Amino acid sequence: MCECCEKSDLSKLTPVFEAFAGDDHALISILQKAQEIYGYLPVDVLYAIAEKTGNSPAKVLGVATFYTQFRLKPVGKNLILLCKGTACHVNGADSIEKALVEELGVGDGETTDDGLFSIKTVACLGCCSLSPVMMINEDTYGSLTPAKAKDIVRKIREASK
Amino acid sequence: MAYESYVLVCGGTACCSSGGSAVVEAFKKELEAAGLKDKVQVVVTGCLGFCEQGPIVKILPQGTFYVQVKAEDVKEIVAEHLVKGRVVQRLCYDPAQAKKLVAEANIPFYQKQYRIVLRNCGIIDPEKIEDYIARDGYKAIEKVLFEMTPEQVVEEILKSGLRGRGGAGFPTGMKWKFAQQQPKGQKYMVCNADEGDPGAYMDRSTLEGDPHSILEAMTIAGYAIGASKGFIYIRAEYPLAIERLQIAIKQAHELGLLGDDILGSGFSFDIELRFGAGAFVCGEETALLQSIEGNRGMPRPRPPFPAVKGLWERPTVINNVETLANIPVIINKGADWFNKIGTATTKGTKVFALTGKVNNSGLIEVPMGTTLREIIFDIGGGIRGGHQFKAAQTGGPSGGIIPPQFLDTPIDYESLAKIGSIMGSGGLIVMDETDCVVDVARFYLDFTVDESCGKCAPCRIGGRKLLNYLNKITDGRGTEQDIKDMQAICDAMNKASLCGLGQTASNPVRSTLRYFMDEYMEHIKDKKCRAGKCSKLILYKIDPAKCKGCTLCARKCPANAITGTVKQPHVIDPAKCIKCGQCELNCKFGAISHG
Repeated sequence: MCECCEKSDLSKLTPVFEAFAGDDHALISILQKAQEIYGYLPVDVLYAIAEKTGNSPAKVLGVATFYTQFRLKPVGKNLILLCKGTACHVNGADSIEKALVEELGVGDGETTDDGLFSIKTVACLGCCSLSPVMMINEDTYGSLTPAKAKDIVRKIREASK
Repeated sequence: MAYESYVLVCGGTACCSSGGSAVVEAFKKELEAAGLKDKVQVVVTGCLGFCEQGPIVKILPQGTFYVQVKAEDVKEIVAEHLVKGRVVQRLCYDPAQAKKLVAEANIPFYQKQYRIVLRNCGIIDPEKIEDYIARDGYKAIEKVLFEMTPEQVVEEILKSGLRGRGGAGFPTGMKWKFAQQQPKGQKYMVCNADEGDPGAYMDRSTLEGDPHSILEAMTIAGYAIGASKGFIYIRAEYPLAIERLQIAIKQAHELGLLGDDILGSGFSFDIELRFGAGAFVCGEETALLQSIEGNRGMPRPRPPFPAVKGLWERPTVINNVETLANIPVIINKGADWFNKIGTATTKGTKVFALTGKVNNSGLIEVPMGTTLREIIFDIGGGIRGGHQFKAAQTGGPSGGIIPPQFLDTPIDYESLAKIGSIMGSGGLIVMDETDCVVDVARFYLDFTVDESCGKCAPCRIGGRKLLNYLNKITDGRGTEQDIKDMQAICDAMNKASLCGLGQTASNPVRSTLRYFMDEYMEHIKDKKCRAGKCSKLILYKIDPAKCKGCTLCARKCPANAITGTVKQPHVIDPAKCIKCGQCELNCKFGAISHG
């Protein structure tokens, strides 16, 4: 979708602006709330935030692209965060990534055609004793093997049918 | 004790994800069924540290320690242990199948540990302020507010010798003193909980297991430097820690331990949470301040130091989570108690996240001066799967690789710096002979290149150049000149980068070049990776004596690299082989190997 035809329901932002009214330094917090609402940061939302907070659109986009948490594109229903931290790396995170790519047909930063899964590799999820690890939405899955990772994804796919 | 027994279930992230929550529910159900609801209390605690063996259940007053407990096991524990008083042997920790170790105190993992920072983790319910208070919580703030002047507090911390646990080891008391000496007015106290080092999770566990200790420490710091406002800058990826901090802040407010006129002393202090949005560079203090102000997290040159000009140009002290967790204990027990622990230059303890190829991975706390050998072999239980110790890595992407000859070095800031690594925030990753040091250096550079903010050229360009060379070497295209160029780039980055990230980003390369030059040379001259990690350098071979000519490998090979006639030994064409390993995986006769 291009910038001119993207139409988000901007009224959802009103309570966010109210909550941070008078706080001139809350840009990151506002972006975080906006991403919670829309699942990502649509361009028209970024413009609306720029206008409301008195920042230039360039600054808002600059902040949104600096931090890895922010997404400018929608993600799938299930967001897979695959840990590629040091402990996971030495315990075979690459083979887990390969298995997920095989199973889902998409790679890092991409979303499956059915919109069910997105894969994102991250630096460290902070549960190194369970390495290799991935998080799907709020759940952490540890001590993965390629077969186990595929199985977890398959089960989620079955459950959402 | 109002209850006869207590069941402590670890509620750390690792245990939760291996089924800890279901265990808690099962205990509640079974205790109710057994009519023990009023006699036995179930407590969900913070991280017990022995994450490898989770979920962990500890039963008091006996101190029985059960590992890898599943919801199905709970019925047996209730019926046997809590009703009949008999220990369920099969659930006790038992590494060698030899002697059953029943109590926590008997498990080698805990014997060499000394817990100051993690004093309450795994003992109290982090969501109950009463639990923290029962363990001397908020006693230090009372002492500070009513018996000490701000100057005395700073003096005490200086005398304790406490140094910043974020990695650099700057004396905490000095930081406080600088901020205190600034003219009165708005000042800020910031807790750096933006733990971003790959392979480190000690701050996460401290916040999840003992959130009140951080609130108390920040309030003490606020009183000492004259700040009325504090911020905790915490990663948004730590939902459990955030939730527990929010609960803790609310509870402290209700009891008048936070907010206006704390305990009627006239001193007011409040804490706000700010969520980091995933940028490693924000662990650098000036970048962190930029981020709290809502900007791109880019560092600026120092001086002026944040203690003079920090948040919104006001004096600001930034302390790491682990540093702060020491503060209430130092106030309660005194600087002279604290500065007797540790080495000549480094006092107290250090928490390490011990991970990698070690038997007992988990969170440990040891006195400064403990050797790597004690940590890896006594606490960690040695190398997993009978492999050989090759190296340990401390300090994450800013640290270095420590080879076996330094296993007996007592750990402190100075000794680690001397052997080319750093203390760092506390990640300790153990590697065995199947890990390639060149690959590990490449891994870290890949990370720092990704996380470099791009503001200064030495880090932005130097990091990328180093990564290119490392990719070239791991692909088998390296030359000896590359090594010389890399050394020059490392020096330049170290001297000319703006902030700590760039200055230390070359450490993994420098230390591997220093101790493992032979492996670099093998990659370059012999086109060989002895660990078998660098896939482009792996050579697959078929042993003609073992090959039965079944043709399975030839059929499985996606690149048609294997040829041969039926019942005759097959051969692999190295030019066509894409090193996918399918042939070795599928061979029923063990005829295919790689090296």
